[in-house]
This record gives sequence, structure tokens and C-alpha cells, in this order.
Amino acid sequence: MEEKLTLFKNRKRFGIEKNIDIIFKNTALVLSSFVAIILLGIILVVFFQSFDSFSRYGLKFLVTSEWNPVKDEYGAFTAIYGTLVTSFLSLLITIPLGVGTAIFITEDFVPKVVREIIGSFVELLAAIPSVVLGLWAIFVMEPFFRAFFVFLHNFFGWIPLFSTEPTSRNSLLAILILVVMLLPIVTSIARDTLNQVPKKLRNAAYGIGASRWKTIFSVILPAALSGIMAGVLLALGRAMGETMAVTMIIGNSNAFSWSLLSPGYTISSMLANQFGESDGSQVSSLFYAAFVLMILSLVVNIFAQWLVKKFSLKY
Amino acid sequence: MNSLYYQKRLSRNIGDKFFTSLSVICALIAILPLIFLVTYILIKGGSQITPELFTLEPNPPGDDLDAGGINPALIGTLIITTIASIIAIPVGVGGGIYLAEYSKGGAFTRFIRFGVNVLAGVPSIIAGVFIYALIVSTKILFGSMYSGLAGGMALSILMLPTVIKTTDEGLKLVPNELRYASLGVGASMYTTILKVTLPSAFRSIATGVVLGIARAAGETAPLIFTALFSYYYITGFGDLFYEMGSLAVLIYNFALEPYDAQNKLAWAASFILVLSILSVNIFSRILAAFTEKTKRL
Repeated sequence: MEEKLTLFKNRKRFGIEKNIDIIFKNTALVLSSFVAIILLGIILVVFFQSFDSFSRYGLKFLVTSEWNPVKDEYGAFTAIYGTLVTSFLSLLITIPLGVGTAIFITEDFVPKVVREIIGSFVELLAAIPSVVLGLWAIFVMEPFFRAFFVFLHNFFGWIPLFSTEPTSRNSLLAILILVVMLLPIVTSIARDTLNQVPKKLRNAAYGIGASRWKTIFSVILPAALSGIMAGVLLALGRAMGETMAVTMIIGNSNAFSWSLLSPGYTISSMLANQFGESDGSQVSSLFYAAFVLMILSLVVNIFAQWLVKKFSLKY
Repeated sequence: MNSLYYQKRLSRNIGDKFFTSLSVICALIAILPLIFLVTYILIKGGSQITPELFTLEPNPPGDDLDAGGINPALIGTLIITTIASIIAIPVGVGGGIYLAEYSKGGAFTRFIRFGVNVLAGVPSIIAGVFIYALIVSTKILFGSMYSGLAGGMALSILMLPTVIKTTDEGLKLVPNELRYASLGVGASMYTTILKVTLPSAFRSIATGVVLGIARAAGETAPLIFTALFSYYYITGFGDLFYEMGSLAVLIYNFALEPYDAQNKLAWAASFILVLSILSVNIFSRILAAFTEKTKRL
């Protein structure tokens, strides 16, 4: 009886323990809000640093392609155009390849072991640093495609996209290395979404006599469309922000050209090239360009998240 | 009677064959670059590996036929990734604990989860630009400009979303019964988290964190104007406040040199970087598969 009473008396927590609990919770809260602080910090810092250039050139910055530190004239049109063209064209190549590969991995054409090996192989490709891809692009891919580029120019030179003599660093090479980088992203997300499509749908389609590919095109792909779209948008965000491999292979020229076979520029490669050795209004203009890049990738990313939330599989 | 048998010439069967072979071709095109890439790096880079590589400083590019080694860059990568981990892991794990254990799914939590996804999508070079504006150009770190410390901070921004996400998701997988049991015997919330939930989610969190570290080790863009590059040995603690080399930046700088000796050094550095990143990836994959198997039993 005596013993029970003392237990009862001590049922309250010690003050110290209570305080530790509260401190622990609040520390976790502060740490989690770091994400928001960093995100807002990035946006604010880049915006304010670009303010000088923004007030001087305004929106003209986006449509002129003069980049002359001597005359203090800055315009990022070439870089913005390069960013958009390289990312969209590389996606255009990646989407059919990636989705095709994902279908190959999720259907039962080959034994499961082989499919799983292929799947993890493709995912490993995503782990290779982009600077190594750039190195590979310079020394292996460029010589490999040189003859093909000459062929493109000779036979399709009347198209503005191939109208110049191919140089050893050009936008088309940047597009191709981006394809190598984006393939794993699109493939693995498409594979995950395709795997989530319920078996019932497939069986129903087979049951009414649809062939395999009729089923894929009319039932499975439409059901997985939102997930695949989200993966494509994530890949687009990656492509626009990708720096190293592109910087190493695109040629870094601010002279505007329609041709993909001539050197080009992207916003991120401009930053990588010039940031370390610039001052004054050039720094501010680079921040302006960085701000444009950030807005582009933010819009794409937020849209991707919205798409996932809005159209996540409802079966 | 014939309609019961598979007919090769039927247009739907021809179409099926066509698309099947198309998807096989897609898969081949997707895998071939990886095989080329990995074998090329292993052969070309592996053939440059010598003992001196790990002990010497790189020689400044020039007509010199001997490029030296990559010791400062190798140590630099280790130091910068360690700094990034020291910052990102506590912040990320703490944030993940809040999201998974304390939050009640309100507006703040949703905003943070959204922010994590957005931060994960911020281009890596923007992280470098941010740290440049905040730390390098202001010389806030005891008057030093480009420094290994600044590089580590830039990398930590890239690691943070990965760490928070894996912690959040790892903790969510821990069954609630464990928490009830611990709270039921009178443990306080922090004891429950530190002694029960966190340890039982340890393996999945550790896997995600290690993968995040491996990814950060290969990042170049945030380092080129925060940590910059250095040709000299790292000798002491004070070197943290000066320019610091890293494998990734060494590859970038030396790939663009016109000299063969430097290019070879870039290949050797790629070999080491890719080999370590791939082995970390494969190891954690095997570990994850193993965990899944034991759970099912």
C-alpha cells in the first residue's frame, strides 16, 4: 500500500523532462521552417541583386541579345532562347524513348529478371554526375556524331536549324547529352506510373478482345497520362537548370543563330562561365538572368506538383 | 475455324509486332549510352590510375607532360561533402521529424512539404548563385571570399530536400502501434522519437541520406564560384577559409584544357568519382532489397 502511494505521488513528469520535450518539439519546428526560409531567401536575394539591372534594362533585357561588358549593354535573349530550345527539343526526343522503354520494362516481353536489371541500369544512369557526362560528350560523343552532323548540314542545310557548318561545340550536342540525362527521369517515373495502373483495366481490355498494343494505347497510357506528364515536367525543370554538361559542350557563344549546328548559350551556362570573373552591372545582369531561370523552373515545378495532386490516379 | 488460331497476317497482329519491336528499340537506345559511358570511363579512367595520383598535387596546365595527381581535389571533395552533410543532415532530419511526428497536416505543414519539392527542383547553379551573393561577395566568413566552407553550404542546400523527404517518408512507414506502446508506458514524446521511431526507421533514412550525399559529391555547378579550385595540398584547418579544389571542378577545368596530360587527369578523376557513386548506389539498392525481403518473412 505504502509503495503504491509513492508511485502515485510521482506520477507527474519532472519539470526538466517536460522542458526538454517542449524544446525538442520547437527545435524540430524551427529546423523544418529552414526550408521555407532558404527558399524565400533564394528568391529575395536573387531578385534584389538583379534589381539594378532590372531597373536599367527592364523587359528589354529578355528580347535583346547584346552582351557587351565594355559598352555596358546587356540582353539575355540568346541565352533564354537557348535554354528553351535545348530543353524542349531534348524532351521531344526523350519522351517517346523514355515512355517506350518504360512500356518495355512493364510489359512481359522478356523475363522479369532482365526487366529489373534494365530498370535499375537506367536508374543508375541518373546517378552519374553531369560533369562526367560533359567530359564524355567532349571526347566520345562529339567525334562519334561529327560525320552525322556534316550529313545533316549537307542534305538538310536548307532548313534554318541546320544551316551552318557544324562546329565541334554546338547546341545539337547539348540537346543530345540532355537526352542522355533526362531519359532515366522520364523512364523511371513513367515506369512507376504504369505499374500503378490496376490490373483490372488491362484484363477488361483483353477480355473484350483488344490486342496488347490496343490496350496500351487506349487504356493503359491514358490512365497513366497524368503521372507521365508530371515526370516530363520534372525532366523539363531539370533540363532548363542543367549546367555542367551543357556548358562544356554547347560552345558558349552569345551570337544569336537559328542553326543548332553552331555554338549557343543557355542561362545556366552563361552563369557558370561568367559569374566568377565579372563585376558591377555585369553581375547584376547575371543575377537578372538567374532570376529568369529560377522563375522558369519554379513555374514548371509548381505546375508539375499541381498536376500530380490534381490528376493522381483515382482507381 | 481459322479464327481460333493466331493469324500472323492480321493487321492488328502486324501492328502489335511493329510496336513491340519499337519499344525494344527504345529500350536498347536508352541502355546503350549507359553501357558505352560506364565501360569507357572504366577503361579510359582506370588505365590512368597510378599510386602517385592519390598523393601528388596537380601541376598547373602547360607544356608539362606530367600532370601530377589529384590529392587536393580528392581530399577537398571529402571535406566539402562532409561540411554539407554536417549542415544538411541535422536540419533535414529535424525538419523531417517535425513533419512526420508533430505536424497535424495544417497549412504550415503543407507549405513546408510543398517547399521541399520546390527546393528540390531549384537548379543547382542557383544554389551557387545564392551562396555567392550571401557569403562569397559579402566576405562574411572572416573576410574570406571563395572558400571550402561556402562550397559546403551551397551543397547542403541541394542535399536538404532529399534528407527531409527521406526522413519524413521513412518515419511515416513506422507503424503507429510502436508509438502508442512507447507513449503508453509513460515515455515522453522526445524519448519515443529518439529511442523508438527514429531507430526503427534508421535504415531507410540512412539509405536515402547516403544517396543524397553521393549525389552531392558529384555536383559541380554550385562549387565553381563558391569553392572555386585550388592546386595545393590541404594542410590544416585554416584551409577551410580558402579556395578548395574538388574532383568535380577538377574534371570541369581539366576537360576544357587543350593539353592531353590534363585531360587524362580529368578521366582519372571521373573514374574515381563514378566508381564511388555507383558503388554507393548499388550497395544501398542491395541493402534496400534485403530489408524488403526480411520484412516480408
